[in-house]
Amino acid sequence: MTNRYPLWKYLILAVVLVVGVIYALPNLFGSDPALQISTESGDPPAETVQQRVVDRIEGMGLAVKGTEVREGRFLVRLNNTEAQLAAKDELDVSLGPKYTVALNLAQSTPDWLRALGARPMFLGLDLRGGVHFLMEVDTDAAIQQHMDRYTNEFRKALREARVRYTDISEDGTSLRLGFDAAQEREQAFQVLSDDYRELEFTSDESDGQFWMRAKLPEKQVQEIVDFAVEQNITTLRNRVNELGVAEPVIQRQGRSRIVVQLPGVQDTARAKDILGATATLEFRPVDMDNFPYQGGADGPVPPGSEVYPRQDGGYVMLEDNAILTGEYITDAQSGLDQRTGQPEVTIRLNAAGGDLMTRFSAQHVNDYMAVLFIETQTVTQRVNGEVQRRQQTDRKVISVAQIQEQLGSRFRITGLGNPREARNLALLLRAGSLAAPLQIVEERTIGPSLGQENIDQGLAAVVVGFLLVVAFMALYYKVFGLIADVALLLNLVLIVAALSLLQATLTLPGIAGIVLTVGMAVDANVLIFERVREEIRAGASARTAIDSGYGKAFSTIADANITTLIAAIVLFAFGTGPVKGFAVTLSIGIVTSMFTAIMGTRGLVNLIYGARRKARLSI
Amino acid sequence: MNLFKRDTQIDFLGKRRIAFVVSLVLLLIAVGSLAVRGLNFGLDFTGGTLVEIGYQKPVSLDEVRSEIGDAGFTSAVVQHFGTAKDVLIRVPPEGATGQRVGDRILAAARGGDRQPELRRVEFVGPQVGDQLKEQGGLAMLYALAGILAYVAFRFEYRFALGAVAALVHDVTITLGFFSVTGVEFDLTVLAALLAVIGYSLNDTIVVFDRIRENFVRVRKGTPVDVANMSLNQTLSRTLMTSATTLLVVIALAVLGGELIRPFSEALLVGIGVGTYSSIFVASALALRLGVSKEDLIPPEKEGADQENHP
Repeated sequence: MTNRYPLWKYLILAVVLVVGVIYALPNLFGSDPALQISTESGDPPAETVQQRVVDRIEGMGLAVKGTEVREGRFLVRLNNTEAQLAAKDELDVSLGPKYTVALNLAQSTPDWLRALGARPMFLGLDLRGGVHFLMEVDTDAAIQQHMDRYTNEFRKALREARVRYTDISEDGTSLRLGFDAAQEREQAFQVLSDDYRELEFTSDESDGQFWMRAKLPEKQVQEIVDFAVEQNITTLRNRVNELGVAEPVIQRQGRSRIVVQLPGVQDTARAKDILGATATLEFRPVDMDNFPYQGGADGPVPPGSEVYPRQDGGYVMLEDNAILTGEYITDAQSGLDQRTGQPEVTIRLNAAGGDLMTRFSAQHVNDYMAVLFIETQTVTQRVNGEVQRRQQTDRKVISVAQIQEQLGSRFRITGLGNPREARNLALLLRAGSLAAPLQIVEERTIGPSLGQENIDQGLAAVVVGFLLVVAFMALYYKVFGLIADVALLLNLVLIVAALSLLQATLTLPGIAGIVLTVGMAVDANVLIFERVREEIRAGASARTAIDSGYGKAFSTIADANITTLIAAIVLFAFGTGPVKGFAVTLSIGIVTSMFTAIMGTRGLVNLIYGARRKARLSI
Repeated sequence: MNLFKRDTQIDFLGKRRIAFVVSLVLLLIAVGSLAVRGLNFGLDFTGGTLVEIGYQKPVSLDEVRSEIGDAGFTSAVVQHFGTAKDVLIRVPPEGATGQRVGDRILAAARGGDRQPELRRVEFVGPQVGDQLKEQGGLAMLYALAGILAYVAFRFEYRFALGAVAALVHDVTITLGFFSVTGVEFDLTVLAALLAVIGYSLNDTIVVFDRIRENFVRVRKGTPVDVANMSLNQTLSRTLMTSATTLLVVIALAVLGGELIRPFSEALLVGIGVGTYSSIFVASALALRLGVSKEDLIPPEKEGADQENHP
């Protein structure tokens, strides 16, 4: 029985210590408020532009702390967030739409550390300020949209094939068609089954009617949902870029939810305007028999047409059949006509949309076409304790334009009043390209000052808590207490290093987890030291006392920590957002504390007492 | 330094009647209050909108209330948060519809010549709130089940029952504290409760470990004597760990700020109750369920030592 550690154990300790320090280090350097300027092409802005940016900012009387080009972006570091905001507003105006100016927190990690992959922890929104949205994609609406499309296409196909049907109705994910005779049904089946292989066709008879059912298989439904969510994520990403946010988080959560986190965003109203507008749009032919429309909202309407309000006042009568819907739009940009200098909006469609538009416009040159904007707001209410959701749909015509020639997948809307109107129309067109409505089901906004306050208070709690425990341990266990203190410091370094390495998000509850870990991590040492004391009391030699102290305490420590780990893992599995952060730091803390409190302290104890034959333990 | 006599000989289990009465009274108060008053659920669980606004100068709540009321939020609850400059405005889900409540409240409070600063806005839709509540309850059950299984595997089912009963005891009393005081119960408190479960269990396991060891090592004495001896041997450790943990939790409560306060309070109460229960409740229950020496003859792993014992 000897109290000496073999060299390799010391080597392990040394390696862990060095790695821990390296990866924890970037957090000491902090970060600067910065502006990040990028171009559409992804190349960094030209050097003349960079110089102009610096001149502009300095011209405002603001100090530029430093500039650099990183990952195709030009970064300007500033002293504080006020300067950052003021400079952003200025640059937004002076640089124009070719450049995107985003708020950023630029790390001040030295290059040699960055080369090792060492980065500071990622701060959660509650620490750096910003907006968190949880959005729910209305997947039912996406499915409904598909069913509506099938209904329309079936009608058309049967009409063209001259198959008579008596009834067509939607029922969840299936369509039901009624026929007077089995023969007609058979004809319909031949018309439809080839073109719609994805549907499951069945038939039955009741009430003297012959029914055909076309059901969307579960796999297909799942695909529609996935597509709707993915498309929403793509659109959200584009919109977030529009907002100028650095490091946004846009992730799918669960079946139909999307998390959007926008660090540093102050203007939540604008963010919501752009993100939360749950809108779709349709291109519709204007009813040319009634154009210009003179009547009011409820004038007589011929079948197949309907009257809609115009955004700029008045009404217009549109045909019911849409030329195409918003999901065919891939992009819409405002700009100026190169010849006339008039504002215009350029719209791009995908291939299928382009075909539809070509076919329609070829037959309707000189007719008018309207863009109908459909905004769906979901109003959530609690009625008698039950959660109820009500859809509220507003329809308005945002543009009426004459078709001057045959159009393709790229066309322009001209004749807009001013550039601002053009910009708004482009924005609405892009907004309307969402396939399924989105609804904000959770929102958390943290102001920047509160974020900083949370960091300061959390840090104060960690430091003071740590010092209190350190002092207490040193008082109570003397030299052994100091050894435990060293281990505790190492533990803290390792937790920070692990969080940085994992690029886990540090939140306020995460800091609370670190504080709690500091208090509980010494438990292992308390267990060991109490055992050692007991052994000494029982008359054991220093050497035996140390050895059996560590030995006997081990299984207790393991049991106690594993059970706590179970609670932490459950917390991680069920927690959301900040609570997950708490679970992560708690779990990491448990694992690192086992290492530092057992192996770390033993190494030190052995170094100090291991060589002495007759030591008196200071415990 | 030693805070305790070298060898304490406190008859903890002799006082188990008193402890039983104390626990029973606390539990009755907790359950009664939970049944009558319930918990003051925070926004995370109820849904609704919450806006925190920071003014430059202390502001009277009546003024803010009338500003908010004029904007149509008559059911809003307005209170100070931390300081007299900070105001918290809560609107229940029924009090407003639509998703623009936060912005509208902020706009209303910005009326007049004051320019308050937005500190935070939280909106939780009712469907999310219900889901969080459900998940929270499930998390608690799964944590308890996981622990029950582990302790049963490592020790003996009666120990596991004793440990889990002690946990239920701790959690119920902590919940009762939140019910009686009306401190807001939010997601972080739930996290704290699970941490309390982990902590209290930690304590209990250490005691059980020693009881198991002593059952094997000490041959004379009734189970009660052995348990008492174990409790005394682990007493200084139990109190030391509670002390260090309480130190950091107090630091957190004092310095950590308003947002984390309910969390710190849950931990303070939970650790207090947890320490008490691991001394007085868990072992007493295990013994009451009839744990005896024979049940604890360790499994094959430590079987090598067995030869020394009859």
